[in-house]
Amino acid sequence: MKKDIVFMSAPINNVLVKHKVKLFKLFIHLAALFPLVNAYYLAFTDQLGADPVEAIIHFTGIGAFNLLLLSLAISPISKRFKLPILVKVRRLIGLYSFTYAICHLANFLVFEVQFDWVLFINEIIKRPYITVGMLGLIILLSLAITSISMLKRRMGKRWQKLHNWVYLAVILVAIHFYWSVKSEIIEPSIYFFITLVLLSVRFKKLTQFKKKKTSQ
Amino acid sequence: MLIKSPQKSSLQESQVTDQSVYLQRREIIKKMGFIGAGSLLSSISFSTNAKGLDFFSSTPEKVFQRHPLKFTSDVSNRSDKLTPEAKVTSHNNFYEFGTSKSDPVKNAQGFKVDPWKLTISGECDKPYTLDLDDLTKTFDLEERIYRMRCVEAWSMVIPWVGFELAKLLKKAQPNSRANYVAFETLHDPEQMPGQSSRRIGGGINYPYVEGLRIDEAMNPLTLMSVGLYGKTLPAQNGAPIRLVVPWKYGFKSIKSIVSIKFVEHQPASTWNILAPNEYGFYANVNPKVDHPRWSQASERRITSGGLFARNRIDTLPFNGYGEQVADMYKNLNLSKNF
Repeated sequence: MKKDIVFMSAPINNVLVKHKVKLFKLFIHLAALFPLVNAYYLAFTDQLGADPVEAIIHFTGIGAFNLLLLSLAISPISKRFKLPILVKVRRLIGLYSFTYAICHLANFLVFEVQFDWVLFINEIIKRPYITVGMLGLIILLSLAITSISMLKRRMGKRWQKLHNWVYLAVILVAIHFYWSVKSEIIEPSIYFFITLVLLSVRFKKLTQFKKKKTSQ
Repeated sequence: MLIKSPQKSSLQESQVTDQSVYLQRREIIKKMGFIGAGSLLSSISFSTNAKGLDFFSSTPEKVFQRHPLKFTSDVSNRSDKLTPEAKVTSHNNFYEFGTSKSDPVKNAQGFKVDPWKLTISGECDKPYTLDLDDLTKTFDLEERIYRMRCVEAWSMVIPWVGFELAKLLKKAQPNSRANYVAFETLHDPEQMPGQSSRRIGGGINYPYVEGLRIDEAMNPLTLMSVGLYGKTLPAQNGAPIRLVVPWKYGFKSIKSIVSIKFVEHQPASTWNILAPNEYGFYANVNPKVDHPRWSQASERRITSGGLFARNRIDTLPFNGYGEQVADMYKNLNLSKNF
């Protein structure tokens, strides 16, 4: 990015600096939306492997998890490398994680069980790995709704409390992934490890939060 | 091999190239997913040979050769729509070549089946061995169009070419202690990356083993397959010879077999060893007995069509083959012996 700016004329340079955050957000929109739209296009036209249903479910599921981990990596990275701009796009990335997760669930309902509502509800209740995934999604849903600035202001201190639930959500998602596979546990184990690393960075915050709660 | 004719093989190659393009496209999509949604973890890829953005690195350099077979056609089964050949040969659970369903077709192209030895031994009077040529020449080949129901609740309809297992077994003249038949897949970690790497092979103990009761093995439906869609088996589908037991979940239909043994006691089977509460020895398709983690009451039939193919259908007891096989289990509690 820096390199490009050096070779650019001054007015453009100014525009870039002025709209740095906006451009960064635009990039994130494209990077998150293009693969999603593209995958759906290929799946609809039967070009996404032999079983497009399984492919699109896995694609959106792992995409949601990747974006969730990315959003959790932002605070520690921006602090460590003094990059405040990252924090400004955290909400956007979190919302895209939720978008992918909603698509993941919609894929299951629409393409996997194909609107067999009884089967859909039964699977969510009876299968522990789907139950925990669903719980994670409900948390993400409540975080997505309360990410609206107006609600955030209104909620005051309670907002942070609610949004600390993301730490539970990411653990549930990690369990969901680990539990869903037949025997190939290495990939989900790596994800679990990354999840724990990102949580351990916040260990202080979490314990302080807990202490406050117990002392109240 | 059976027919050594360069003209014919060049025609086949064009077809297989077609397929690798098909697969390559999928690989590109997968990588896009990792760039877009997964920049954080872009270095972790499920494919074994992915190198960042190098789209063409995963195109198989070698292509496993298939040869046309002579067989009598199956005229009995015309009701089920066939799963396209490209899907049958690119969506495989064959953990010896990787755990993702698109792995085997990529990783098995260099698989060598010549020379091959299949031994028939154990509790029998005339044990014998078949080599690669014998597999397609000893018994008359016939086409059998079977439904294949995976334990993961998807299914295909596949035109196999092969012969009844009973013919192969009877030739060895099993004795009175032959209550079961035990099968074993080739163990060759150099050729099968999943056997040498836990990461690729999904943590299974190799070689893959399976078993049938002798009456199940002798049932006329039980097929030894040496081909599909009129040609010898692709490596990813279990070349050069595999079992097909259409009323049982797919994992019973063991691939790339090197040993068939008559035994007195119930033999071990791989998935049952790994998770006995999830995968039983019998593994008969049964809509009433769920897998602990998903329903078995219905399935998605993979044919053609994209996401909107309304392909969920009810699963039938014994995968619809009850008429031919249910009698064998009339004294068995199928919920306990799942």
